[in-house]
Amino acid sequence: MSITDFLFFAFAGLTIAAALGVVLSKNPVHAVLFLILTFFASSAIWLMLEAEFLAITLVLVYVGAVMVLFLFVVMMLDINIAKMREGFVNYLPIGALFAVAIVAAMIWVVGPVGPEVMNTDALNQAVTHGPDYSNTRALGEILYTEYVLAFEIAAVILLVAIIAAIALTLRRRPDTKYQTPGKQIKVKRDDRLKIIKMDAEVSDD
Amino acid sequence: MIDLTSYLTLAAILFAISVGGIFLNRKNVVVLLMCIELMLLAANINFVAFSHYLNDSAGQVFVFFILTVAAAEAAIGLAILVVLFRSRHTIDVEDLDDLKG
Repeated sequence: MSITDFLFFAFAGLTIAAALGVVLSKNPVHAVLFLILTFFASSAIWLMLEAEFLAITLVLVYVGAVMVLFLFVVMMLDINIAKMREGFVNYLPIGALFAVAIVAAMIWVVGPVGPEVMNTDALNQAVTHGPDYSNTRALGEILYTEYVLAFEIAAVILLVAIIAAIALTLRRRPDTKYQTPGKQIKVKRDDRLKIIKMDAEVSDD
Repeated sequence: MIDLTSYLTLAAILFAISVGGIFLNRKNVVVLLMCIELMLLAANINFVAFSHYLNDSAGQVFVFFILTVAAAEAAIGLAILVVLFRSRHTIDVEDLDDLKG
């Protein structure tokens, strides 16, 4: 067993164990933390597949942004955990049955047993690149030429997501007092200040 | 020896776990969204593995776009969840039956 084999099985085991933690944990906060562990372990798997840029992106975008958003929402909502767990044990057998059936069918197709669909030489063209090879450069070279339209559509999708998320959650509280800078700037001296002419008062002593 | 089959098996197990999770946590919308993220991760592992073993970068570009769309989906899904909780004070799927579908 070489060192890469050992690393693969270590990180694959960590991924699967953390994924089970996501599904089975009682507290949603723990589930989010397990999901973060899953993403870390699978980014290590992607590093072994020489997808360095995507591995870093998975940690930065998913762990840094999406999972923090999940964590915010889970902690913000006041969820009754006990009520949410009702029926968990009842659904456990059918859920486990479906999971085992799916994984058995998939391994039967892609694994060493079953039909010989995967064992062609065409599916083993892996090239091990040297240390001077840049995955980011290779990805950028096709992303900004061949896939530039898709790249721009992705940017528009992100913009729509930003606008939708803000528009959905924005609410004006009627009792909140806030300033209107436009009105503040437009105000003139005459609106606020009034100079009155009057006789000087003379004191007797 | 680690080959394509090992990676595909890992992705299959991950996908099956998330399908089972949707069955188990069918009341909690937050955990349902997290299970969908796990499914997308399993699909992405397949894409990256095929991209490596076919020596074709197109698979990695595809993963890039899946990550983008998944981030957008999570943002909008969580925003809907927050609005839902504000108006209903619950995120139980079984309480959301106004449409009687």
